[in-house]
Amino acid sequence: MEENTEGKTPEYLLEMSDIEKSFPGVKALDHAQLKLKRGSIHALMGENGAGKSTLMKCLFGIYIKDSGTIKMEGKEVAFKNPKDALDNGVAMVHQELNQVLHRNVMENLWLGRFPLKAGLIDTAKMYEDTKKVLDDLEINIDPRKEIGTFSVSQRQMLEIAKAVSYNAKILVLDEPTSSLTTDEVEHLFRIMRKLCSANVGIVYISHKMDEIKRISDEVTVMRDGQWIATEDTKDVTTDEIIKMMVNREMTQQFPEKHNTPGEVLLSVKNLSGKYQPTCKDVSFELHRGEVLGVAGLVGARRTELLSTIFGIKATESGELVYKGKDIRNKDSGESIKNGFAMVTEERRATGIFPYANIIFNTTIANLRAYEKGPILSGRKVVGDTQKIIDSLSVKTPSQKTLIKNLSGGNQQKVILGRWLLTSPDVLLLDEPTRGIDVGAKYEIYELILNMAKEGKAVMMVSSEMPELIGICDRILVMSNGRMAGILTRGVDFGGVENEQETIMRLAAQYV
Amino acid sequence: MKTGTKSSIGAKLLNYTLYIILFLILIVIVVINPKFLSLDNLINILKQASTKGILALGVAGIIVLAGTDLSVGRLLGLSAAVAASLLQKVTFASRYYPGITKPIPLIVPFLICIVLCVGFSAFNGFGMAKLHMHPFIVTLGSQLIAYGLCCIYIQNQPSGSTQALSSLDDRYVNIATGSILGIPTLIWCFALLAILTYIVWNKTRFGKNMFAVGGNTEAAEVSGVNVTKTILGVFMYAGLMYGIASFLEGARIQSVGTATGINYELDAIAGCVIGGVSFNGGIGTVVGVVIGCIILQAINYGLYFLGVNSYLQYIIRGALIIVAVAIDVRKYVVKK
Repeated sequence: MEENTEGKTPEYLLEMSDIEKSFPGVKALDHAQLKLKRGSIHALMGENGAGKSTLMKCLFGIYIKDSGTIKMEGKEVAFKNPKDALDNGVAMVHQELNQVLHRNVMENLWLGRFPLKAGLIDTAKMYEDTKKVLDDLEINIDPRKEIGTFSVSQRQMLEIAKAVSYNAKILVLDEPTSSLTTDEVEHLFRIMRKLCSANVGIVYISHKMDEIKRISDEVTVMRDGQWIATEDTKDVTTDEIIKMMVNREMTQQFPEKHNTPGEVLLSVKNLSGKYQPTCKDVSFELHRGEVLGVAGLVGARRTELLSTIFGIKATESGELVYKGKDIRNKDSGESIKNGFAMVTEERRATGIFPYANIIFNTTIANLRAYEKGPILSGRKVVGDTQKIIDSLSVKTPSQKTLIKNLSGGNQQKVILGRWLLTSPDVLLLDEPTRGIDVGAKYEIYELILNMAKEGKAVMMVSSEMPELIGICDRILVMSNGRMAGILTRGVDFGGVENEQETIMRLAAQYV
Repeated sequence: MKTGTKSSIGAKLLNYTLYIILFLILIVIVVINPKFLSLDNLINILKQASTKGILALGVAGIIVLAGTDLSVGRLLGLSAAVAASLLQKVTFASRYYPGITKPIPLIVPFLICIVLCVGFSAFNGFGMAKLHMHPFIVTLGSQLIAYGLCCIYIQNQPSGSTQALSSLDDRYVNIATGSILGIPTLIWCFALLAILTYIVWNKTRFGKNMFAVGGNTEAAEVSGVNVTKTILGVFMYAGLMYGIASFLEGARIQSVGTATGINYELDAIAGCVIGGVSFNGGIGTVVGVVIGCIILQAINYGLYFLGVNSYLQYIIRGALIIVAVAIDVRKYVVKK
């Protein structure tokens, strides 16, 4: 690309335009754009799944964009991998900590670029350099200590120090404050201002409105992978930002609701989990024939709430009253006997048995029902599998097909079928439509509503607000491990004005 | 979907590549010396494959759990030594138990072998299930313990001898040399236990749970599978196989010393791997294990039959195992 022929520097440090990126079944970025000025802090905002992290990963070389252009200081760039990006002045602090826990601070800091002396690692120099970086940032940590011994927030600060140590021109911070204390947030802001005055451009991803208002110069809002607006932060109010984040056309179709909530089936009283991260002091009632949605931002501990109820995460305190009796659900075996079922969020990691066939995957939770003495009745196993394939219209060449060869939607149907066979009364569904194409989503919604109609109670976590609004009777909103409120259909949402804003505001209540 | 069918033909070829290579080796052996294909040789191969095959039926379950068992050989040595000591000829002057003056029923040492091996294997299972140790480490330690116990036991002969235990009761030896309906008893045992294992793996809740834990432990837990019990159960079933195999092996070799059983675990594990049991867990078939053990033994025997240098035999067998695993892994490598 041409150099700045006229000697004037381009207006923007970074210009990303018309970026597109698709994953199987999902268009993650659709003409996304971002323009970052030198020495400024640019907030990037949007709901879960709006494409913020994906856009930044395309910049950083973790994902390769399908199309679009990225210009850095007027020159087109396309980083092949993170190292390439780092070598060219782009550093990123990720949402998840990527650290080698059993090595010390300085080895983590210089990983991949150790200072060498005669081909060997120069430990003395590494120590001095680390000391200097940490001193500059006023981080008081011994470089020789194992990184795993520090708290999550200290480790987060070390990640930030590492990113700074690359002397990058562009620094991307992806929700860096989610685990920081108030003092540390102030500390981080001081570091950010200092970097700005040294002409570094910072992209700052966060859900915390007050932080955005305080620290950023500009804000870009994304929604459903698209660029929505870029404004000077001082010109927009928090409400306007929220409105831009959620105000989408309701193009998704939902089946008609025909379930009617009945008596209380399960009361959860002051439930708190034992091991962090977990939910705290959550109380609510779940009715027969009801679909109760659970909304919240990433890190709101919605999964943890479901896991604690189901007994795969330990309970610290609280009660479960089910069909009028106290129950414990100390492990999944007991929950299943009590009539609970749980579809997990990470279908691949905790749902399917990838190298087993449809029969195995469908019947594994219900094997007791097929036992004749010690031997399983092959006829019943095959019969039940076929029943699920037919009633949920699972598209598969045969019962003996390995489940890993099915599409996400069909895998999910098999897992739902696995639980339907156990005839549960309470279904806990964690992101049941994640990574599933639109057609299959509609079928899953129908299934959920049918189960509610049969008198089962469904509790469903979802990060897609339209989906919750489309099929739930009530929505429980979680915020930072606590319950921020329960919204009722017809009162707070379901054709009610500003419904998504209401949910968003509650979701941000305790962050 | 077009790419799907294309890659599935490739995948099928990949599935059988190993067998193709192994059969080629056997054909080479037959071409060099056609006498290899005699009925005697075939029976011999099956007979030799049987005790190690029974061990493999046990260890295969542990590999399906994504574990392994290094203690198989030494445990077999210990257990076989106990069986042999109880079943020396009562006329043999320097027998281990001079107090035994009348032949004892065979069932007694048989059950002792089983209890010993099931208990020992349950200890390994406890290490994996409850202490969350990798079974490689647990069994690395316990095989030394088994070896130590075996040596102490054999060296404590009342006669003062530290030699291998021999002069075994004819009834005992006849188990290994005898045959039923013209087929050696050992082969019958292997066949029956293979059928039993097939049923346990495919027709019982326990077997399905084993594959669930090995294939995806977390999903198994969510599905209500008791992971701890399942792991313990798999180790105890393996112990049952080791117990039976050790009893038979004592009768087969007719003389049990401190070196008995050495490296048997490697043959058992190699048989499993060649038969397609994946070290990643959750994958494997009993038929595969049986075929894997027989093929491995056939090649061992074939190399011996051709008079190949015994050190060279080691090299060939080592290469075989590496090729087996390399091909096995190809099937499951996620393409990026």
